[in-house]
Amino acid sequence: CFTSSPPPPPKKLCDMVVNTIHWFRKGLRLHDNPSLRDSIRGADSLRCVYILDPWFAGSSNVGINRWRFLLHCLEDLDNSLRKLNSRLYVIRGQPTDVFPRLFKEWQINRLSYEYDSEPFGKERDAAIQKLACEAGVEVMVQVSHTLYNLVKIIELNDGHPPLTYKRFQALINRMDAVELPAETITLEVIRNCATPISEDHDDKFGVPSLEELGKFLFLFFIRFETEGLTTAIWPGGETEALMRLERHLERKAWVANFERPRMNANSLLASPTGLSPYLRFGCLSCRLFYFRLTDLYRKVKKNNSPPLSLYGQLLWREFFYTTATNNSCFDKMEGNPVCVQIPWDRNPEALAKWAEGQTGFPWIDAIMTQLRQEGWIHHLARHAVACFLTRGDLWISWEEGMKVFEELLIDVDWSVNAGSWMWLSCSSFFQQFFHCYCPVGFGRRTDPNGDYIRRYLPILRGFPAKYIYDPWNAPEEVQKAAKCIIGVHYPKPMVNHAEASRVNIERMKQIYQQLSSYRGLGLLATVPVHINNGGNGKRVDAGTRQGSAGSCETPSIQEGMSSAGT
Amino acid sequence: MLNQKRETQEKQNKIVGSLDSDWARLPQELLLHIFQYLPLLDRAYASQVCRRWNQAFHMPELWRCFEFELNQPASSYLKATHPDLIKQIIKRHSNHLQYVSFKVDSSTESAEAACDILSQLVNCSLKTLGLISTARPSFMEVPKSHFISALTVVFVNSKSLSSLKIDDTPVDDPSLKVLVANNSDTLKLLKMSSCPHVSPAGILCVADQCHGLRELALNYHLLSDELLLALSSEKHVHLEHLRIDVVSENPGQHFHTIKKSSWDAMVRHSPKFNLVMYFFLYEDEFGPFFNEEIPVTHLYFGRSVSKEVLGRVGLHCPRLVELVVCANGLRPLDEELIRIAKHCTQLSAIGLGECEVSCSAFVEFVKMCGRRLSQLSIMEEVLIPDHKYSLDEIHWEVSKHLGRVWFPDMMPTW
Repeated sequence: CFTSSPPPPPKKLCDMVVNTIHWFRKGLRLHDNPSLRDSIRGADSLRCVYILDPWFAGSSNVGINRWRFLLHCLEDLDNSLRKLNSRLYVIRGQPTDVFPRLFKEWQINRLSYEYDSEPFGKERDAAIQKLACEAGVEVMVQVSHTLYNLVKIIELNDGHPPLTYKRFQALINRMDAVELPAETITLEVIRNCATPISEDHDDKFGVPSLEELGKFLFLFFIRFETEGLTTAIWPGGETEALMRLERHLERKAWVANFERPRMNANSLLASPTGLSPYLRFGCLSCRLFYFRLTDLYRKVKKNNSPPLSLYGQLLWREFFYTTATNNSCFDKMEGNPVCVQIPWDRNPEALAKWAEGQTGFPWIDAIMTQLRQEGWIHHLARHAVACFLTRGDLWISWEEGMKVFEELLIDVDWSVNAGSWMWLSCSSFFQQFFHCYCPVGFGRRTDPNGDYIRRYLPILRGFPAKYIYDPWNAPEEVQKAAKCIIGVHYPKPMVNHAEASRVNIERMKQIYQQLSSYRGLGLLATVPVHINNGGNGKRVDAGTRQGSAGSCETPSIQEGMSSAGT
Repeated sequence: MLNQKRETQEKQNKIVGSLDSDWARLPQELLLHIFQYLPLLDRAYASQVCRRWNQAFHMPELWRCFEFELNQPASSYLKATHPDLIKQIIKRHSNHLQYVSFKVDSSTESAEAACDILSQLVNCSLKTLGLISTARPSFMEVPKSHFISALTVVFVNSKSLSSLKIDDTPVDDPSLKVLVANNSDTLKLLKMSSCPHVSPAGILCVADQCHGLRELALNYHLLSDELLLALSSEKHVHLEHLRIDVVSENPGQHFHTIKKSSWDAMVRHSPKFNLVMYFFLYEDEFGPFFNEEIPVTHLYFGRSVSKEVLGRVGLHCPRLVELVVCANGLRPLDEELIRIAKHCTQLSAIGLGECEVSCSAFVEFVKMCGRRLSQLSIMEEVLIPDHKYSLDEIHWEVSKHLGRVWFPDMMPTW
């Protein structure tokens, strides 16, 4: 098995008692948790804390499925800690208020947590570090939510985050090997460290139920409906995560195929080997996953050098974390140096139809329904709905879509969500914009029979496969037989896709032509190509030049000829 | 710029009471030259410094080009050109304006505001006019008469219009007649894709009278044999660029055909002309197309196009330079690609979206095209590994034949 050799225990000043707090945020696990492990070493008491902070960035936009997943994770953690004669302490409030109180009450002199690379996380942690310093509390931080120390990746790229995935892969190839996962916390590891559990621990610090949590959040105007909630398709927690890892690897080994799996109707449904939410919450260590994958590949393929594509899922995550870590405007268009300024439409009505699965396109609506009900959709389904909302059909800002995903997806986090939305809306990263996912054709090609539609949109069950993706084209008799009249029982399509895509491809072209100063006729050449100089933040600003007349670089029309370039 | 202003203030403060200030005495041509480097906002600040600078700010040369940005906060994230500035321009500079464009958001208000401004440009002699919707085509929401009368003001007053961009607007045949009556000698560029109120006769009138027309963009329903013949008549200059959008309004729509002889006439008359075609059709609507040789150079399929049609493209498009396929479906395009490589010897750019091609066929394709492929944009999912090549191997092979490092386009996996 994979564990790194433990570092020497920190020195103790005479026989000072060390009382430590480990602060869980992500990294909700006991395996590969180096900051927790370091914290325990030489400590006399340990308290593992989770702070429920309704003020923290994005908290007001968390949907019920993610809260539930989080609570499962906390319960699981609490159970695991019980087996180690410890418990989890769940505390409500803001860290800047909570910690000074705890430092005093519990006589804390050590605090540990897993490094959080996101800008708001860094800000929050800087404030806590200051408080800790003032209170004489030693702070121990370790990187374990990402494969690499992101700072080093950026350093390797001359201080700039790589702006293309290709550039990122090239940098990864030059980085030192990924560090081995830290040893799991066991009774043995924790033997000298006690947790003074009080009798009223459950009342004061117990993991709340979903209802209790609902009541608490209600005070902060965060509401969710627990009635009628179906069983969780994605049960949270480290225990579940590790089981899934085994299943996931078993399946890969059995198929003996490490290529990206072909998309089919089944792929759309939640998989018992899906790992993305567990990686997001840190129930599963990305490094453990990395090494287990490597090991399996070597065994099955009898090949010692696995290709980078094996780690696709992990590396994309890493890429977006890297691009976002120094950019607090990463989730916005305005003021974001890596985002193209696109004149998106403001249209709350259209946005609501998309968010609620009322577009009139069964493929889109089924996906959004699954998303809302279960909290997870396949990544190609994400591409389909993201494209539809932004550059494909509705021409609405990716920021709006990102907020809806933030609310509904359980595996979403700030960096990956914002980065992926920018990518899918062709707002960044030098993406070609020509390939548009057809809201009818793409679904039909993926699941010709339409079972996915029938499952999530039961109102359309009666439609035959021929018409289920475009029921508005079905003759009246077919609609009557299906007991679903389009426009009455199910909405008419909210846009004409051919017309919308025609308009939008023209808009994207206008924007990119301005960006790249390309005046030729080709569509592909309008996207500026990444320059191999570290991909530094060359300001990708198509901008609105406030009626600039300036030097007669005519804004959008050339007098006479446009260069008939090839 | 603000530094310069501060410096000026300081200097002026030192020369208290003096009538002379070097900065103020800079020759106007020099001021003009400097001001041309400044964005509008900074120039506006500079104009507040002293009288001479203010005069320079209003020199006609600085008001030749202007882009009016008309956005409403309720429908756009972007800022609009300040209404006071617009008033000033109309008042003091409308006769200086030569190259003008209007960028409007999706609200009807913005489009109407653009029309209002247009109506006031009576003293203008525009060379270039562009009406650009940055989101939904809001000019189509403006009452037709309002739009037409505004546009007519420009046509009648600007007798030397050279470039006109009026895509997605309610322009109609009579207004095109007005355009032609006043600007037939100077019109070089006309972009009017998706103008539903224009008929083939309307555009034919333009082609017949405007012999200097070099660039034209319109929808397929306006294209006719007569139009192509008019554009290839002796009196007509060489056409440089013809863009045609083929859009399906309803499934099963029927499209007319253009005779091969008309295309041949075009090529004879303008051997270097570029024909750009954008198709937004259902798969079964391609019947009338690609059955005979057609001189298309840039081809875009915005919806799924069948294997069969791509096969015909390979046979009948010898001048093809760029091919972009959004989607095809799940049968490999191996043969079709090879055929395209063989017959389309000018092909230098290809983009494939939701399609399938076996890795071996793809390598073969690249080998046949060689280094002339300057743009190769293939989605990762397109390439199907086979016995010869895996996905990891393919990028080396392709890079080898292209003479540069190449990777397929990727999409993030969650």
